[in-house]
Amino acid sequence: MGWFSKFLTSSLGQKVVMSLTGLFLIVFLVVHLAGNLQLLADDGGRSFNEYAHFMTHSPLIKTISYLLYAFILLHAFQGWALWRKNRLARGAQPYAVHRLRAVNTNPRIASRMGWIGTVIFVFILVHMYQFWFKMKIGDIGVVRYDGQEVKDLYTLVATTYQNLGFVLFYVVSMVVIGAHLWHGFQSSFQTLGINHSKYSPLIHFLGKLYAIVIPLGFALIPIVFFVKHA
Amino acid sequence: MKLTLKVWRQQGPNDKGGFATYQVEANEHMSFLEMLDVLNQQLIEKKEEPVAFDHDCREGICGACSMVINGQPHGPMQKTTTCQLHMRHFKDGDTIYIEPFRAQAFPVVKDLVVDRSAFDRIIQAGGYISVDTGQAQDGNAILIPKETASEAFDAATCIGCGACVAACPNASAMLFVSAKISHLALLPQGKIEASRRVQRMVKQMDEEGFGRCSNVTACEAECPKGISVSHIARMNREFLKSVFGAPEAV
Ligand code: SF4
Ligand code: FES
Repeated sequence: MGWFSKFLTSSLGQKVVMSLTGLFLIVFLVVHLAGNLQLLADDGGRSFNEYAHFMTHSPLIKTISYLLYAFILLHAFQGWALWRKNRLARGAQPYAVHRLRAVNTNPRIASRMGWIGTVIFVFILVHMYQFWFKMKIGDIGVVRYDGQEVKDLYTLVATTYQNLGFVLFYVVSMVVIGAHLWHGFQSSFQTLGINHSKYSPLIHFLGKLYAIVIPLGFALIPIVFFVKHA
Repeated sequence: MKLTLKVWRQQGPNDKGGFATYQVEANEHMSFLEMLDVLNQQLIEKKEEPVAFDHDCREGICGACSMVINGQPHGPMQKTTTCQLHMRHFKDGDTIYIEPFRAQAFPVVKDLVVDRSAFDRIIQAGGYISVDTGQAQDGNAILIPKETASEAFDAATCIGCGACVAACPNASAMLFVSAKISHLALLPQGKIEASRRVQRMVKQMDEEGFGRCSNVTACEAECPKGISVSHIARMNREFLKSVFGAPEAV
């Protein structure tokens, strides 16, 4: 296994870790959004509550969610380690004048992935506290569907999103996540060595589409709730 | 044309360094280095120390002329080395900032001269092929498809100047290293050491203290030879192939 740990600590190995965990999170966001869109169903929260109940009780989903937490932490920790290394590599003396250009990404985003990622990490902490922690630990109300008792996450979400501050916080966070994905999506393919004249334009296009559509979908939910109840 | 130059002056590696301001009279037909020659002539006549800068071929093929001009390695013109940059791209009355390439792995030797021997050590780690001694082979003895030869040649045009490192926000050397790996990995002559080469060169690159690529692609934007980041992807493939495919650790 010496060769494997050597791989993981090499510059290219560290990049591969960033790329694979990033891609996992990209897939996760799609599933997460698909589930959350049930919040917009007009059934008093029933489909969402049942979905949330299923997600917190299926052993398979539970295992995947522990993997998810681990990957978020790994992505964040590795990102921090890379950021530190790269700062050292840049040297103590900065350029007096620096024009940063790039060929196929936004250089302002690409060069600040660490900072953008930190903001996202803080968002995740607040987000987890707001819903995950309160659902797991805090005592939130319950509802009964066909005799079965289910935690009423829907009402918690609905009340949270009546607070304008939270709505703004969520929407701004989604813009930041969009920026992270704008660079991160295509970057993860390049790191895995997937760069091809036939497919790369498609990957770049899909990456930009994803970076807009997915955060937009997430941002829509608090906005709709706020407008509906205002 | 009258120019104001803000030139980085640094006595030696341990000196703090700082900008000095000079006025220079140049004409638009001069190259950037010839303009610096004029400045140095002035300085010598005033019995001052001339500005140290690297140069050799002055025709864009050696990669010596390293400096950052107004925030860009090799200046504002794309795919152009400092020695091939003409003063007609500047305007009368311009102020031009001239700094050395900056990176932890490229320590300043003096003024604009930096030590790029880290690149030499990376090449020594694996940038070679094994050939039989004796008679030179017939040029067409090994057939190589034109597209492959062209792709390898594109990579081989890297002049090892280090502008990619200077431009990179992470001071990563991956464009340079990938150009060298790509060039040899594409050709049959490079196959023998292919697996060993990529691991050794990447290891040396890491040890020299270069940063980790985060695909900003500033390197390609500033490379005087327009080396494409697709070579970095090829290096990544070669590396993964070698690490997971080779029977033993290298
Ligand atoms: S890749 Fe381009 S910028 Fe980097 S050393 Fe080679 S020629 Fe210079
Ligand atoms: S002096 Fe040789 S490339 Fe500029």
